[in-house]
Amino acid sequence: MPRSRFLAPRVLGSALALVLIAAFAAAWFWRDGNGAVSSALQSFRLANGMEVLAIPDHRAPVVTHMVWYRVGAADETPGKTGLAHFLEHLMFKGTAEIAPGQFSRIVSRNGGQDNAFTHYDFTAYFQVIAKDRLPLVMEMEADRMINLELTDAEVLPERDVVMEEQRTRVENSPMSLLQAEMNAALYGDHPYGRDIIGHKEEIDVLTTDDALDFYNRFYTPNNATLIVAGDISLDELRPLAEKYYGSIAQRAPTFERVRVPVIWPAEDRRIVRRDDRVQQPTWLRFYPAPDYSNAGAREGAAFDVLAELLGGGQTSRLYRNLVVTQEIAASVGAWYEGSRLDAGKFGLYALPHVGGSLAGLEKAIDTEIGLLLADGVSEEELARAKTVIAASAIYARDSQRSMAYAYGEGLMTGLSMADIHEWPDRIRAVTADDVLDAARALLAGVAVTGELLPGEGT
Amino acid sequence: MSARAPFGALLLLVLFCLATPVSAFEIERVISPGGIEAWLVEERTVPVIVMEAAWEGGTATDTAEKAGTANMAASLLGEGAGDLPSQAFQARLDDIAAQMSFSVDDDYFNASLKTLAEARDEAFELFALAISDPRFDDDAVERLRAQLGVAVARNRQSPEWLAADAWYRAALGDHPYALNRQGTPESLPRISRDDLSGYVRNVLARDNLKIAVVGPISADELGMLLDRTFGALPAEAGLPEIPAVEIATGAQTIVIERDFPQSVVIFGAQGLARDDPDFIPAFMMNHILGGGGFSSRLMEEVREKRGLAYSVGTSLSPRRNAAMIIGQVATRNERVGQSLSIIRDELRRMAEAGVSADELADARTFLTGSYPLRFTSNSSIANQLIGIQIENLGIDYVDRRNGLIEAVTQDDIARVARRLLRADDLVVTIVGRPNLAPAPEGLPETGDMAPVAAPGRQH
Repeated sequence: MPRSRFLAPRVLGSALALVLIAAFAAAWFWRDGNGAVSSALQSFRLANGMEVLAIPDHRAPVVTHMVWYRVGAADETPGKTGLAHFLEHLMFKGTAEIAPGQFSRIVSRNGGQDNAFTHYDFTAYFQVIAKDRLPLVMEMEADRMINLELTDAEVLPERDVVMEEQRTRVENSPMSLLQAEMNAALYGDHPYGRDIIGHKEEIDVLTTDDALDFYNRFYTPNNATLIVAGDISLDELRPLAEKYYGSIAQRAPTFERVRVPVIWPAEDRRIVRRDDRVQQPTWLRFYPAPDYSNAGAREGAAFDVLAELLGGGQTSRLYRNLVVTQEIAASVGAWYEGSRLDAGKFGLYALPHVGGSLAGLEKAIDTEIGLLLADGVSEEELARAKTVIAASAIYARDSQRSMAYAYGEGLMTGLSMADIHEWPDRIRAVTADDVLDAARALLAGVAVTGELLPGEGT
Repeated sequence: MSARAPFGALLLLVLFCLATPVSAFEIERVISPGGIEAWLVEERTVPVIVMEAAWEGGTATDTAEKAGTANMAASLLGEGAGDLPSQAFQARLDDIAAQMSFSVDDDYFNASLKTLAEARDEAFELFALAISDPRFDDDAVERLRAQLGVAVARNRQSPEWLAADAWYRAALGDHPYALNRQGTPESLPRISRDDLSGYVRNVLARDNLKIAVVGPISADELGMLLDRTFGALPAEAGLPEIPAVEIATGAQTIVIERDFPQSVVIFGAQGLARDDPDFIPAFMMNHILGGGGFSSRLMEEVREKRGLAYSVGTSLSPRRNAAMIIGQVATRNERVGQSLSIIRDELRRMAEAGVSADELADARTFLTGSYPLRFTSNSSIANQLIGIQIENLGIDYVDRRNGLIEAVTQDDIARVARRLLRADDLVVTIVGRPNLAPAPEGLPETGDMAPVAAPGRQH
């Protein structure tokens, strides 16, 4: 839920993007230009508990500066959904030093771009800017960590903006409405079962005090991680981090994220949604899955490989059989969403040809899953999937922002620096038996199946 | 609570020009032994080579009867070439984890190749096969035809697509730029294999080709690769003449009724060609009006002050044979007329009074200071280099560009705003169930609840 359309929205159109995000999330190698693996990245902690990480890339005199807070939509209290994201918007209002609305203007006046995003397990703020302006944005970001000032004059119009964002992302999108129902069925009462942006009835009555209470409880250095990627080393970053963030006292106890456990559905669920704005049906399925941090290294890597060889690209099993050979699907894919703190998800989607039925697609997909469970995978498809995932880790290194994002996301969702660093090795170690075990753990169990169909809405 | 120094010292930095050089890299013009030119940045930080190529001759070469031909050809280039049928070709790509994509816009056929440095030769060889010897096997053609049929049908569910399609038809009439790039349910079945191979033969040539390469590769190595990769293409393209077109004048508002709670609105008018002497002033004017992220006037008036929209903005869209300024806003149905009224007021205000000195200074520091942000990855550098070639801006443009921005005056912007912005002459398309009243009855006032705006921004 970024503040603008700066980042791709996570709707089904980008289901494939989700595959990439999952694969990128924890998968890198460090090589120098000659291909030799160099040492792992290092991080350290300021005395006030704030974690600090540099991701050097000296190609351009530019840095990406990010502050991640270990709090997100899953940490809202009942009745106040949408608060984490609403506060994210309000963080751009003002402090005693920065007049309302001036934060982004100052960044912009200095040749920088800024934005922010909210997810279930984290909220993050970033600026991309010339290296010599890094102290400026660090000072401003540190300032709004503790000195945010809000009045109804800024808060109420921004609440209307968030309501418009909710319409764009959810109410205007039949696919988002289906996914919301499916997430509720999959995750039950766990907060992953609701939209990050919150329930519209609850967003509509959030107040300035609600936002300030949330801010005062969670926005504290001991609950934050600083990541700077680009033209910087950890040695250069250390004194700047000490200067701008190190002087901030802890404002609240370190937040221990203990949430209600996920109780997976006891039996298969089917959600059928009809919408008169839809002409072409869509088929979707979510399987319960552990997240990376709870799966264990071997199993988490196997989930990634399974998603890739089952439905990652044009040589995957589902694409080859349903799109190319049987010609019953226009598109089909699989993804594993493991970058969560409490629980993940394994997803499948398929689009029929014009005039085609979802029933035929579902039957064909179930047949493919049955074959995989019965016969396992070949060494050839295993090797290809591992090559593609390993390469995605190298390709990700081309962008300082995707590197900073991937490390931030990993650290916010229960992974260690070592977990992130060692991920490519874990991918390479995945065996055919591991993939079969992963398939049995996921695809043989219950699932939530969704159908989006033309027709009168309910 | 905070004992830190005020911001004064740091903010002073704003007053000085950014000291950072735009380019820490050098662009080499590489001419292969066979005479094929590419722009190269040899960059050895990450072991990833990116190549962008563009051929003049995009979807504007389509006819209405066979709209979608160029796009279908682009979609099929990854679907088998030489001795390799579709699945064999894709498997070879995946085995080396190379990423190859082909796409079309109005004026260009675009190709992109990304490969690990260690797999360079095989990746370029597969790319060469794809562009020089595509198979267009019947099964692949029919599969793609069906897949594109689904894409075309699904587009028609999207409010953004419907609004844009209606806008181009209203603004451009029967000019090829108003054709659906992906074709229509009626046109796709008419496209034959001969149409596809004819398109490739006419467009993928050597005299209408631009190439940019970034990554760990030397000029000598690239020179050899260029001949192996592009040498088999015909020397000359055979492109149809595309007529120039002006955007329709006279206010039009077209509503497509659909059950969305939020209307999607597109508005626009005649713009400026990329080689117009006033293009850079127009670019800065647009930045201040509606192009500049959170700092633009439209963002301030529509979003920040009144909470009417999550996104609102404008952009200049110069093409080879048409130029437009296009804006979009998405707002709840009952407030559409009000949002449009505010947008028209802002166009008028800009046309009548131009911009303040502060606004110009802010735009200047942003646009010059943020230019290096476009050159942080091999992919983004390659994209910039191909764009500069397409627009014929010259190999020294990266070094000249900020000077062009800095030379723009308030008078330049006032002149171009008067010339371009016609608030009462917009083509507007809306998808939703909009209330078009400028001051909707029975609804509470919105904003101006926000605090005093920046200087120069009050009504």
